[in-house]
Amino acid sequence: ADALKTHPGPYSGGLAPTPEEFVTGYNNFYEFGMEKDDPVSHSGDFHPLPWTLEISGMVKKPQRLDVGALLKSSDIEERIYRMRCVEAWSMVIPWDGIPLAKLLQAAEPESGAKYVAFESVVRPSEMPGQSSAFSGISWPYVEGLRLDEAMNPLTLLAVGIYGESLPNQNGAPIRLVVPWKYGFKGIKSIQRIRLLDRQPPTTWNRLAPSEYGFYANVNPQVDHPRWSQASERVIGSKTLFGTKRQPTLMFNGYGEQVADLYRGMNLHDNF
Amino acid sequence: MRRYWSVVLYPLGLLPAVWLVLQGQNGDLGADPVNVFERSLGLWAFRFLLICLALAPIQRLIGFNLLRFRRLTGLLAFFYAVLHLAAYVVLDLQFDVRIFWRDLTHRPFIILGMVALAFLLPLALTSNRFSMKRLKRSWKRLHRFVYGAAVLAGIHFFLSFKTLNGTSALYLSLLALVLLARAPMIWSGFRRKGARQP
Repeated sequence: ADALKTHPGPYSGGLAPTPEEFVTGYNNFYEFGMEKDDPVSHSGDFHPLPWTLEISGMVKKPQRLDVGALLKSSDIEERIYRMRCVEAWSMVIPWDGIPLAKLLQAAEPESGAKYVAFESVVRPSEMPGQSSAFSGISWPYVEGLRLDEAMNPLTLLAVGIYGESLPNQNGAPIRLVVPWKYGFKGIKSIQRIRLLDRQPPTTWNRLAPSEYGFYANVNPQVDHPRWSQASERVIGSKTLFGTKRQPTLMFNGYGEQVADLYRGMNLHDNF
Repeated sequence: MRRYWSVVLYPLGLLPAVWLVLQGQNGDLGADPVNVFERSLGLWAFRFLLICLALAPIQRLIGFNLLRFRRLTGLLAFFYAVLHLAAYVVLDLQFDVRIFWRDLTHRPFIILGMVALAFLLPLALTSNRFSMKRLKRSWKRLHRFVYGAAVLAGIHFFLSFKTLNGTSALYLSLLALVLLARAPMIWSGFRRKGARQP
C-alpha cells in the first residue's frame, strides 16, 4: 500500500479506529473466498492498477476516471466511520476517499435518473472465489443506491484506509462506503457506476431476498431472520473473554445526516 | 478394559475445548474470537455426534469392537453442545435476556439448535449402567432420539452459514453417509417396534 496525501474531512471526530490488523485481516470479500481470512491470504494475485472507473447511463457527461491518477491527487479526505456488518459485528475504520456526490455531479445526472447501480470486477484468474462451486453468487457483485442516498455527503468512494491505498482484501483500488448501511452495501473493486430510472438488482438481495433488502439500513429494531440486530460484537479485543458487545445505533449513529431520506417510509417493510 | 480407555479418552476429548480457550486468551482466534469459539464448539459437538453414529457401521466394516466408545463420544457431543450454548449466552449475548428470549421464540435457526440439545439431554442423563437396567427395552427406544438430534443439528449447522459453502457441504454429506450406513439398523429397529403392536 502506498501513502496518500489526505486531509481530514467532516464526520471524523470522536471515534477511535479499530486496530489496523483486524480491518485488513478480517474481511467479507467472497471473490477471494468465503472465510474471513480468505481475502487477505488469497488476494495476492489481484492487480488493482491500472484501473478505470466508468460512470455512465443516464448522465449528460459520461466519465472515465483514472483511479491511479486519483490516488496521487490531493483531493482525498479522511473520514472515520463506524462499520456495522449485517452479521452483528462492528469496527471503526479511517477511510480515505472522495464523496461520491462529487463524481456524480461532474457526470451531470439527467432529470429522470433515480438510482445508482454499481458493478464490481470479474477476474476469475485473479479472484479464486469467482470460480468456486459454492456461494451461489453470480458475478459480478452488484449493488445499488437511490440517487439521493448516493448524493448524501456521507457516501464515500474510498481509495485508502489508515492513510494508505486500499489493500486488495479491502476492495482495491476503489470501493463504496455507506456508513449508515450494513457493510455488504459497500461494494468493492468498482468498475462501473450507472445511473438508472429504476431500482437495480443487488447481489445479496438476489441471493436471499427475505434476509437482505435493497435498503439494508442499520436498524436495531429490524432483526435478521436468524439473529438479532439490536446489538453488536465489537471487533478489536485481543482476547476471547475481553470481547465487548454494544447496542446498535439507528442508522449506525448517522440518523442526523440521513433520517430525512426515509421520512414516511416503513422501515420494517423496506429493510 | 473399558475403564483404562476412559482414563485416556475423556481428557483427550476435552483437549479441543482447552485448546480453544488458550488460543482465545492468547489472541490467536482472530478478530472475532467469540464467533470462532462459539462456532468451533458447535462443530466439535457435531463431530462427536457423527463419530458416535459412525461407530456401529464402521465396526461392521472392520470387525473391531467400537461400540464401547458410544457413551464416550455421545457424552462428549453433549458436553460440547452445552459449552456451545454457554458461549452463545455468556460470551456472545453477554446475558442479554431480551435477545435470548426473542431468539428462542422467533428464530427457527436457534430453535432447531436448542431442540437438538434437548434431544441429547435425556440421552446424556441415562448414559449409565443403572439407567440401562432400569429402563430395559425403553432405553433403546429412548436413545433413538440421537437421530433427531443429528438431523436437527445438521440443519442448524447448515443455517449458520450465509450461503452454501465447502464446510457445511462436507459435514452434511458425512451426516447423510452415516445415516445411510445405519439405514438397515434404523429400519429393523422400527420394524421390531411395529411388530410389537397388537
